[in-house]
Amino acid sequence: MTDLPGYPSRRSFLKASAAGAALSGLALPASAQQQPQPVSLDEYQREYLNADEWAFIMAATARLIPSEGDGPGALEARVPVFIDRQLASDYGTADDWYMEGPHDPNAEPARGWQTPLNPAEVYRQAIPAFDAWCQETHGAAFAELSPEQQDASLTSLQNGDVALAGELREFWGLLLSNTKEGYFADPQYGGNHGMQSWVYIGFPGARAAYREWPERHNVKYPLGPVSISGERA
Amino acid sequence: MARQEKKKDVVIVGLGWTGSIAGIELAQEGLDIVALERGHDQSTVPNFEYPQQIDELKYGVRLKMMQKPSQQTVTVRRNDGERALPYRSLGSFLPGNGVGGAGTHWNGLNWRPQEVELKLRSHVRDNWGEQIIPEGMNLRDYPVSYDDLEPFFTQFEKVAGISGYAGNLNGEIREGGNPFEGWRSEDFPMPPLPTTYDSAKFQEAAKAMGYHPFPASAGIASTSYVNPYGMQMGPCNFCGFCERYGCYQYSKSSPQTAILGALKSMPNFEYRTNSEVLRVELAEDGKTATGVTYWDEAAQEEVFQPADIVILSSYQLNNVHLMLLSGLGEAYNPLTGTGTLGKNYAYQMNGGVSMFFKDAEFNPFVGHGANGMVIDDFSISQNDFGAEGFIGGSYWRSGTFNGQPIRNMPLPKGTPSWGAGWKEGIGEWYGHAMSIGSHGSHMAYANNHLDLDPTYTDRHGRPLMRMTFNWQDNDLKMNQFMKSKMEPLAASMNPDIMQAGFKDIGAQYDVRPYQTTHNTGGHIMAENAQEGAVNRYSQTFKAHNVFAMGAGNFVQNTQYNPTGLVGGLAYHTVHAIRTQYLSNPRPLV
Repeated sequence: MTDLPGYPSRRSFLKASAAGAALSGLALPASAQQQPQPVSLDEYQREYLNADEWAFIMAATARLIPSEGDGPGALEARVPVFIDRQLASDYGTADDWYMEGPHDPNAEPARGWQTPLNPAEVYRQAIPAFDAWCQETHGAAFAELSPEQQDASLTSLQNGDVALAGELREFWGLLLSNTKEGYFADPQYGGNHGMQSWVYIGFPGARAAYREWPERHNVKYPLGPVSISGERA
Repeated sequence: MARQEKKKDVVIVGLGWTGSIAGIELAQEGLDIVALERGHDQSTVPNFEYPQQIDELKYGVRLKMMQKPSQQTVTVRRNDGERALPYRSLGSFLPGNGVGGAGTHWNGLNWRPQEVELKLRSHVRDNWGEQIIPEGMNLRDYPVSYDDLEPFFTQFEKVAGISGYAGNLNGEIREGGNPFEGWRSEDFPMPPLPTTYDSAKFQEAAKAMGYHPFPASAGIASTSYVNPYGMQMGPCNFCGFCERYGCYQYSKSSPQTAILGALKSMPNFEYRTNSEVLRVELAEDGKTATGVTYWDEAAQEEVFQPADIVILSSYQLNNVHLMLLSGLGEAYNPLTGTGTLGKNYAYQMNGGVSMFFKDAEFNPFVGHGANGMVIDDFSISQNDFGAEGFIGGSYWRSGTFNGQPIRNMPLPKGTPSWGAGWKEGIGEWYGHAMSIGSHGSHMAYANNHLDLDPTYTDRHGRPLMRMTFNWQDNDLKMNQFMKSKMEPLAASMNPDIMQAGFKDIGAQYDVRPYQTTHNTGGHIMAENAQEGAVNRYSQTFKAHNVFAMGAGNFVQNTQYNPTGLVGGLAYHTVHAIRTQYLSNPRPLV
């Protein structure tokens, strides 16, 4: 690798990382393996979700991004932690959004977010409603169903075949997008544990300095990701 | 009773590109100036510092640099018969917030319009006759020409620090540049940036088909650079975090990198943040403004700021809103064609093709917002409107701009959106896709306009502005024409899989997916007060000491990103204020 003019510490960092060395000259170097392991998902102290909601989120995200096959699943990436924390944040309460009435939650979807509920409230009301549908259709709450039944239930939800009130229409879209956000966002938000999703797809995270790379055509970038906190994988 | 501040020579409303330009140019005249900024203060250091800025969730997804709808938004309907509903969470367009405005979080695509785009009605009339203009299209000439603006485009490009290669230098067409661009009196301030793999593939394929590829005109520094105000830029390192972010290393052109450091050092300039202007105050005779009233967030009170000159330089939507609330003209009535405020609101018509190559490595995270090679072979000056059945055109570009995986994860059609199939898909295709984009013109129509909403209000009790907007057949036909031309080019590159995304006839405006923050018109330029809200110097017809700058001046949108024209018009306006207005304040002609 050629020099990065003006970035001596970054260069040594990159070299160290490429060689798999543990430490470099950066202020907060720590490899993912050296980070203290967080509590297991069973012991995690929830900030927003109640026990039933947590059981649903654990089960649903495990189907949306399953553990089988190559790459981490949502549970390995700790996506449920991310969703819980996001719903407890100003995102969950829609602080930045215009939430004044009157509301027309049955307006066609192209008109955008029109429910009077914020994202945290949508989860709170939609999870029991969807569980009731699962109970009626498949004989048990979502978390208790077989993986095949869970996939079938999620497909029904995606296709609009689960009769939810207009106020809850955004539930499927929220659940899927929040799951992917938790999979790919910087680990500081609780998901993407160990940057496993970035390693899997080959995204270098917050490296954000590729001065000599534009003209290296058709050559795969070789270095693993760094996080905003300096974690490496 | 509002608090009253000491009178200033000039009050500037909004400290983005045009407010910063007005500030520094008029401060050089020795005028006493205050800028009022609705949002927070922000500078490269500490606000955009590495690594905190490299956060896709916070800035790319939760949009923490953008205008908060809870503070200001619009309502939207697709036609006059529909009930407008609030744009509650951001989607289709992302107005900025805070010092620097949208000039802080843009991609850096800096373009001049083509000569014919500024005289488009004449171009149509002279070549095909006015009978080809569809009913309901308000096609107009700008009251300024390319030749009028050329020195000011050059001035803006020097200040902003633009990289590129002139294709038309004083009329001489140069190999490797854009042969279809307007003439340039000087070459770009900086040479073009290096070419990434996807751009090179596109360039080769375009050349093979006889087209004329050239490097995109980029508000991204390719070298170290010092601009006319003494502001310094450093070369871009292709970090891949331009749009929706502040630049952490002084490479992306912005008010912060190009103007504000120099402006803030001038003793006759001050700025106040968290100061949201509520209305422009008019004198009793209604012919001039006396100043503006703003909301001081810290003091939680209204403040009257008297001034001799008022510069409206907030985002296009917010400028029009303020003008409607302040009576700086009459609201446009699409049935009668009377009134000018809110008239000729326009947008952008875009499409593109994605291509997947199993064995290619594109490293999509290596890029910048204005990266890539471009062709203008299907631009407005090149298209036969009479034969093709539409008025308009587009530029095409291919170049990596970000590899941020929450938002930028192109997958072949048919890949499941979740489950094992999705996970397999992201592993298989991330880094192996490239795209060509078509960035197209958008004409102005009677249907598409802005006025005040009858139902919804903001936190100050003011009516929200109402946007009436839908896609129109003319622009959709243009888009389909581009699809028909782009697919063969993409196919010639032999991708394993390719798929096109172009809106078709009948498409309805959807506020959810991001499309572009190129909202234009609403206080358009015109020769007279019956046809537009401002004259060729962006001076309002209603009050000669009020100047309204920005993309609100566009009579219809061009095929390009608006910043270059916005910057050129801003320098044209401040030049007129300096040379004609200050010595004798009056309506300019």
